[in-house]
Amino acid sequence: MLSESQLKDIEQSPYKKDFPLLAKNPGITFLDSAATSQRPEAVLAAERDFYETMNANPLRGLYRLSVAATAAIEDARNHIASFIGATDEAGKPQGSQVVFTRNASESLNLVANSLGRSVLRPGDEVVISIMEHHSNIIPWQQVCAATGAKLVYLRLDDDYAITQQEIEEKIGPRAKIVSVTHVSNVLGVENDIPAIAARAHEMGAYMVVDGAQSVPHLKVNVRELNCDLMAFSAHKLGGPMGIGVLWGKSEILDQMPPFLTGGEMIDSVTETGAVWAPVPQKFEAGTQDAAGSYAFDADLTYLEGLGMERIEQRERELACYLCDSLAALDYVDVIGPRDGSRHVGAVAFNVHGIHPHDVSSILDGSGICIRAGHHCAQPLLSYLDVQMGSTCRASVAFYNDKADIDRFINGLDTVWTIFNG
Amino acid sequence: MANMAAGVTGLYNAEFMDHVNHPDYKYQMDGATFTHEGVNPSCGDELTFSVRMADDGTIDEAAYQGHGCAISQASADMMSDLMVGKTPAEAIELCRLFMAMVRGEETNDERIEELEDAAMLRDISHMPARVKCAELAWRTLSEMLEANALPTVAASTDSDSE
Repeated sequence: MLSESQLKDIEQSPYKKDFPLLAKNPGITFLDSAATSQRPEAVLAAERDFYETMNANPLRGLYRLSVAATAAIEDARNHIASFIGATDEAGKPQGSQVVFTRNASESLNLVANSLGRSVLRPGDEVVISIMEHHSNIIPWQQVCAATGAKLVYLRLDDDYAITQQEIEEKIGPRAKIVSVTHVSNVLGVENDIPAIAARAHEMGAYMVVDGAQSVPHLKVNVRELNCDLMAFSAHKLGGPMGIGVLWGKSEILDQMPPFLTGGEMIDSVTETGAVWAPVPQKFEAGTQDAAGSYAFDADLTYLEGLGMERIEQRERELACYLCDSLAALDYVDVIGPRDGSRHVGAVAFNVHGIHPHDVSSILDGSGICIRAGHHCAQPLLSYLDVQMGSTCRASVAFYNDKADIDRFINGLDTVWTIFNG
Repeated sequence: MANMAAGVTGLYNAEFMDHVNHPDYKYQMDGATFTHEGVNPSCGDELTFSVRMADDGTIDEAAYQGHGCAISQASADMMSDLMVGKTPAEAIELCRLFMAMVRGEETNDERIEELEDAAMLRDISHMPARVKCAELAWRTLSEMLEANALPTVAASTDSDSE
């Protein structure tokens, strides 16, 4: 339960004015930021600024516009590295460890197909968890089928946690790659990545983290997580859609073969072969979304201006209030911990006897946006034996406030009344 | 935007909810001529639809069982009511009409009135994510009749070749 001062803290959002869609549409109650966040004005302005002042194909050109476009990408790389703590001993950001992709899904496909296909042998094991998003399941299923490796799942205890015992049982000497989400997109729980990474490294396995749901909400530091590779998407923390990141340790990225091939990822090409460009260009075939990188850079500047510690604190309060408010309804089951403080952004729930799609459609009638369905996590929902394999999910970002959650709870009352008189 | 919201709110009205909470055709049918299952894997909607054919080739009785969202269930109930007394060819044509309506391809009021109670689902055309839910029963019936009941009728309407 939140204290009086915490409740006061989330009373009204001072941030909605920074987000044009929210500012222009006060009738919209947006509680689906786990699917995609809203974008601040700074990001929209940066996209426009790029195309108005530095639009040229990056990397190729020998003229100043192209140099400016190239600088936009490289500056963004360094900013992202600094944002996730990818710095050297002296604190210098390691931009060359930041590979641009389209989204976290593509980043994970890159790792599975490049690293997975080169290191996995028949009998090896890839360890993931049962709470993964499909994008951290299917690439591994495919690569395991192709290499003869076995896919092993870390399961949850009754309190939605992966226990140390489970970690030690499932991550054994045959494990070559461990790939686990930092925060579940359904349950909202945070996994103990340092503990999983320690075991993975002890067994000689690579540690991959899906940071899609954690980087937006927590002050993530790849060195503290002790991971080898991490994937995330810009669009879940205010950046543009279509820009994703794969961060990796230099010595691992250097060893990995390319995933996509073509323009701008080579040093030289002959009739019979090619020499790859150094990392990160080796993984970036074709013209990149330079405007997107530039806008993501501006987004990080905006977030840092607010302070990630402040964002994390506010979002924890909001998620706590959301979870407590849902748990107080006798016709709602929260799917996940009842302890609101364990939810990072998202709370999944079901309304007794009412299909999640109906809940979401009726809420939409009042401008309230939540997700309903399987959340691209069907193995988790079937493991939890959720009715009809489907749940509702409400998720918050720092721009939400208590009034958003109160409107949503009132909306649920309407849903209940429509079905039960 | 405002119209869409009104459509959503209007859809879950008392008449609609009556089909959800007090369906007339949701039961296990004895002596069914045909039974067919339909599923929407992404929604978890599951429906088993049964018909008993009369000697004159028309649908004598229609019933369904299953679970899913209110739209898939109400739609099945409205459809069952509509189908009693129809020939397979008429039933298939009504299924086509319904699917055209919920996809926004058929907007003619007179045509839509042929769907009787099911006409109240026309606002589904503004809710693309729910089209599959609304269509489930109709798709199931149509598939069942096309696979089983049409050849005998086709003999009398074989001029319509594509």
